[in-house]
Amino acid sequence: MVQEQEALIERIVHDLGPDGTHVMDVARAVSKRFGYIPNSAIPTIARHLQLSPVEVRDMITFYGHLSTDPLGTTVVRLCNAVVENMMGAGEVAAAFERETGIRFGETTSDGEISLRYTACMGLSDQAPSALINDVPFTGIHPELVQEIVRGIRAGLNLTTLPGSGVRHNLKKPGEIIFRRSMEHGAAIDKLLGVSREEALEEIKRSGMRGAGGAGFPAGKKWELCKNASGDKHYVICNADEGEPGTFKDRVLLAYNAHQVFEGMTIAAYVVGATEGIVYLRDEYDYLRGHLERVLEERREKGVLGDTIRSYQKFSFDIRIEVGAGSYVVGEESALIESLEGKRAAPRERPPFPVQRGYLSQPTIVSNVETFTSAAAVIERGAEWFRSFGTDKSPGTKLLSVSGDVQQPGVYEIEYGTTIRTVLHLVGARNAQAVQIGGASGRCLSSGGFERRIAFEDVPTGGSFIVFGPGRDVLEYMRQFIEFFAEESCGWCTPCRVGTTLLSRFMDRLVAGEATRGDLDRAIEMCDTIRNASRCGLGITAPNPLLTSLESMPELYERRLSAESYAPQFDLGAELRAGAAAANRPAPQGM
Amino acid sequence: MAKSIVATGHFTGCFGCHMSLLDIDERILELVELVEFDKSPINDKKEFDRPVDIGIIEGGVSNEENVEVLRAFRANCRILVAIGACALTGGVPAMRNTVPLRECLEEAFVTGPTVVDGMIPNDPELPILLERVHPCRDLVKIDYEIPGCPPSADALWEALSALLEGREPVLSYEQLKYD
Repeated sequence: MVQEQEALIERIVHDLGPDGTHVMDVARAVSKRFGYIPNSAIPTIARHLQLSPVEVRDMITFYGHLSTDPLGTTVVRLCNAVVENMMGAGEVAAAFERETGIRFGETTSDGEISLRYTACMGLSDQAPSALINDVPFTGIHPELVQEIVRGIRAGLNLTTLPGSGVRHNLKKPGEIIFRRSMEHGAAIDKLLGVSREEALEEIKRSGMRGAGGAGFPAGKKWELCKNASGDKHYVICNADEGEPGTFKDRVLLAYNAHQVFEGMTIAAYVVGATEGIVYLRDEYDYLRGHLERVLEERREKGVLGDTIRSYQKFSFDIRIEVGAGSYVVGEESALIESLEGKRAAPRERPPFPVQRGYLSQPTIVSNVETFTSAAAVIERGAEWFRSFGTDKSPGTKLLSVSGDVQQPGVYEIEYGTTIRTVLHLVGARNAQAVQIGGASGRCLSSGGFERRIAFEDVPTGGSFIVFGPGRDVLEYMRQFIEFFAEESCGWCTPCRVGTTLLSRFMDRLVAGEATRGDLDRAIEMCDTIRNASRCGLGITAPNPLLTSLESMPELYERRLSAESYAPQFDLGAELRAGAAAANRPAPQGM
Repeated sequence: MAKSIVATGHFTGCFGCHMSLLDIDERILELVELVEFDKSPINDKKEFDRPVDIGIIEGGVSNEENVEVLRAFRANCRILVAIGACALTGGVPAMRNTVPLRECLEEAFVTGPTVVDGMIPNDPELPILLERVHPCRDLVKIDYEIPGCPPSADALWEALSALLEGREPVLSYEQLKYD
């Protein structure tokens, strides 16, 4: 096997070039071939890419979907995110354990099947879901599991098994993003004869803001990047939507990739980039073939590649890079680190990516949806764009709607729409609460349903999870906090330690063991985590607790223990190991 | 005015917090006007024999003796103040929490490169170690926590004088800044 590894690694490095930034591609290829990355492959990868083995190991061990432990031939990654759990992922997990005779985290003794949990993979609208090797399975129910496991054991093609496949659930197209498929080059044609400055001016006048959730003005970002000096400029499309409950980019890339690439091309024209990268999350690897075909089609039509629309001075091409399972990669500087072949730890800022980003060059990192809107702005004009949405949040927003609703899926709504209107639209009667913007967003109860989806009121990256009556909302807030503790990159102590402490507090709260003093201390901890963390993950990690406490304090009141103090200490259990090691009897009755 | 009675205690740590307390320098003369020391490593009084107003404790909880003494502090002190990183979080001694206890003991006393004819200590006089080192608040209610490694003399002085005057201690940014 060692020779085979060597040959494989040599071949990939030969194709890509001996460049450390390709370590992810090499690692993914090895993982794909052997099902995991054998420890013996690490020095070989390092040698060929002129890295140290510890750099390669550091990178590999960071990502959830890369493993140095042997895995089964077939790896079932069942999603256990909040919406999946609401929709019965627990029963599905039990069925998988029953059918395979192993627990999650284990591999069958014949090396056939491994069971693993994974975070939200962008299929909340058809939960429970799983990735089995690279094939997505949706709407899984316990009765289906037997057939799936039998199919795996019989060596059948996974795509023929029941439950495999993804429905692209576009429920409501709007005017800007899903209006229709844009003609190839329709926006690019508008650029002909228009200077870079004029194009930038149009984007700025549109008032368009980034759709990832933070809402940074797109024109401002483009301008900063355009004016930054560097050998090259880069345009990166952030298709790593990992926020629990969001899946709009999946639908957007499936239905309207042309417009995404058109927007990237326009951004490239404005900032003077010749190279673009789509960072696609590993969970969307099944979209890659489609995206490659769309890129090829665009090259054939002369709207991508060496000479765009016979425009001698303008060439731009796009390549797709695939991740390996990490939430924090969604943060732009972490995404750049990942593209450079490193663990995805967010960078210190400033400098911002627009000044020094990918390979230390000025870089735009924007959401898939932002590029799509940018293409529409250039095609139809800023005035037209501003006729949608609100003054401060012009345009439309894609919402990924899931949870207790009749019609889960993607909805394109105008900014300024009230939450109540959305609830009505998606068929959510008697909603108890809505989680807007995913784990890092906010939890609103009926008192907040008149509020509007807009940067000046309730901003969102697009996740919209509805909790129906009877749902134990605090239990789901506990799961969100646990998710942050799991996904913290570990760089800053307040985030690494703080999220774990919050997670333990939520465990005790849900179990009815937390006191008021514990709650007070947890709130103080939230403050520390928010103020002392480097990136958005830490800054938003306390949100599930803080926003649900604000909107539904009564849930907390009901759950708090009546005791003023509750020890978290079991003396008998604590003394057992020490007494045994010293070969002494454990003292009684203390 | 009757003097307040103060006790101090030390669990698993380095005694640095007590040293920091002594760093109040000449203010100690003011302090003795205000307080009477009861059980403390400084005067070597071993047992509680009367109610104490303020108990000041340093160090994390790592063995059965720590547990017993900490509980005695809680039972005898009206106000209990935990000071320093070890008392608040377990601190440096808690670094062993990531390694199973038996492994720690074996490395230290049996398999370590400098050990000759080693054995895990088993004298009945020795307190049995806990599986993990705990912050004080895991075991008893703590009324105030003063962070720092160690908290500065100024921070300790502010906390102590505030409690003696019957007001809430307020530590300034400077008193909580460590770099």
